[in-house]
Amino acid sequence: MSGRFARLLVRGLPLVWLVLFFLVPFAVTLKISFSSPATAQPPYLPVIDWQGGLEGWREFLEALDFQNYRMIVEDALYRDAALSSLGYAGLATAILALIGTPTAYAMARASARWQPILVALVIVPFWTSFLIRVYAWIAILKPEGLLNGALTKLGLIASPLPILDSPTGVLVGLTYAYLPFMVLPLYAVMSRLDPTLLEAAADLGAGRMRAFFTLTLPLALPGLAAGALLCFIPMVGEFIIPDLLGGSDTLMLGRVLWSEFFSNRDWPLASAVAVLLLILIVGPVVLFREAEMRREEAAEGRGR
Amino acid sequence: MHAPLPPSAPLLSLERITKRFGPHTAVDGVSLDLAAGEVFCLLGPSGCGKSTLLRLVAGFEAPDAGAIRLDGADLTALPPHRRPVNMMFQSYALFPHMSVAANVGYGLKGLSLSRRQAAERVENLMKLVRLEGFEARNPDKLSGGQRQRVALARALAREPKLLLLDEPLGALDRTLREETQGELRAIQRRLGTGFVVVTHDPAEAMALADRIGVIERGRLVQVGPARDLYERPANRFVAGLLGDVNLIEGRLGPDEPGGLRTVETALGPIRASGEGAAGAAVVVAVRPERLGLGGAGGLPGTLLEQTFLGDRIRSRIAMADGSVLRASAALPMTEPMPNVGAAVTVAIPADAARVLPA
Repeated sequence: MSGRFARLLVRGLPLVWLVLFFLVPFAVTLKISFSSPATAQPPYLPVIDWQGGLEGWREFLEALDFQNYRMIVEDALYRDAALSSLGYAGLATAILALIGTPTAYAMARASARWQPILVALVIVPFWTSFLIRVYAWIAILKPEGLLNGALTKLGLIASPLPILDSPTGVLVGLTYAYLPFMVLPLYAVMSRLDPTLLEAAADLGAGRMRAFFTLTLPLALPGLAAGALLCFIPMVGEFIIPDLLGGSDTLMLGRVLWSEFFSNRDWPLASAVAVLLLILIVGPVVLFREAEMRREEAAEGRGR
Repeated sequence: MHAPLPPSAPLLSLERITKRFGPHTAVDGVSLDLAAGEVFCLLGPSGCGKSTLLRLVAGFEAPDAGAIRLDGADLTALPPHRRPVNMMFQSYALFPHMSVAANVGYGLKGLSLSRRQAAERVENLMKLVRLEGFEARNPDKLSGGQRQRVALARALAREPKLLLLDEPLGALDRTLREETQGELRAIQRRLGTGFVVVTHDPAEAMALADRIGVIERGRLVQVGPARDLYERPANRFVAGLLGDVNLIEGRLGPDEPGGLRTVETALGPIRASGEGAAGAAVVVAVRPERLGLGGAGGLPGTLLEQTFLGDRIRSRIAMADGSVLRASAALPMTEPMPNVGAAVTVAIPADAARVLPA
């Protein structure tokens, strides 16, 4: 009896969690996204009339419409923001993969004594507030900042580079902030790679480069995919980094959402943008899962 | 000690190789010469340093002292991917994301073979290890025996002068192991490649090797053909490693003409062959199958136990001084076995008794 209860608890708790903290809020957001803005508390209409009975529900449902979504589709601002968000996130993910892969490889090949220290060093920045760390980049990137100062002193540039308040600033910020999320899953996979495989490759005449590209990298692909998702998904909706480092021209969905919500007090439109964001993010996850499943099936079926 | 030099110039030559891991000396001054085309087994218990010695030859470890030569060329400083030796790993270390053919052909890159030559070589190797038709499979879709053969084919692909095999049959079950031993020898004879096989299994070493080198705590204690090691072990470690042995403690008598000595033991004087200073504490080693039961003039004892093993009967005999000797008699026997509890005599033929340092 108690065993069954324990099983129920183990299976039920995550479900309850998902329903309470994901499904319900999403339903609320979805509902608001079909509403219209209003000068009221809360600032949208219709509001469910719990006393109205069936008639009240009918009126409520009739008042919902797709006008916010029509707006998102028709107004180029939202389309551009979505495309630009995907672009920033995609480009930053690619840069992160290029930096993260060799970093994780170096960590995984370091001596057993150094590895925990290196992992700790990757994690240590999390002990400082994310906001402060991004703020610090302003001091580095601004025209009279550390980077431009150093480059000018070295005589490499004549006038300061406009990195802050530019797309480059956003990419620098994204790359910096999300690097641990790329490095750690890659490291987890690479450090568990059987070292005798690399010995076998060396034994068969492969230098380090060939061993890396024929063994380490293909076998670390699941880690790379996990890292890419961990970075790409939150970066699409990132708000703080484009807001602080991107200047006013940087268009990203997170900022649009923020300004609709707080500046325009248009909760319904902000909710519709949030739903759009979710769809943009769910897309790559579904694609990834499908590719994963197809690969597993291919592995199952090979040679049969 | 230095192994006797094979007649032709050695293929592989180890010169006083020493390897330490921290305070632990894994390989301690090992010198060894291997002839071309020879199958040499490094035999010893786990942790004795035999695998480290193999990894030193492959280049995965660097020796703290000594030199490794192959065909006269010094390999000691070369990285593994530049050494003309190949290794078959105990775990096989097959690349899980590549097909069997890609695994076997992996080492052919950089050998300046044309695409067709490489494909041909893979095809021939697949034939050699009888895996035709499995080229496109993934290693994890193969049986243990098939994986072992893929590992062998992959290690042979670069046509190494010397193949290093780390417990090549360790992961196979017993029947498959015996079958594979024969195959491995057949392939070796066909190719003429020198084999260095690391194993902890004396039966495997005896079945495979032209010569066996016994390693005890990092030192090479004896080198020779299996029969030499079995019949004339250098010490009690080698004697016990190669098979069951009765060890009877005693004191060595004076030198005598003819090579035989008398050892005074608690069971009485025993005639045995071997060297040593008169009066030295020694043990007499006798294999169980050389003990004669029931003959006249033997040492008196009582039969404690008999075990029927199909092709032989093993007996335990309590001797007068309380020690227990083990005898093993091949079946079928001409004479009936005495019953348990009966008084028996144990004869130790002088040519079966070896004097070993205590």
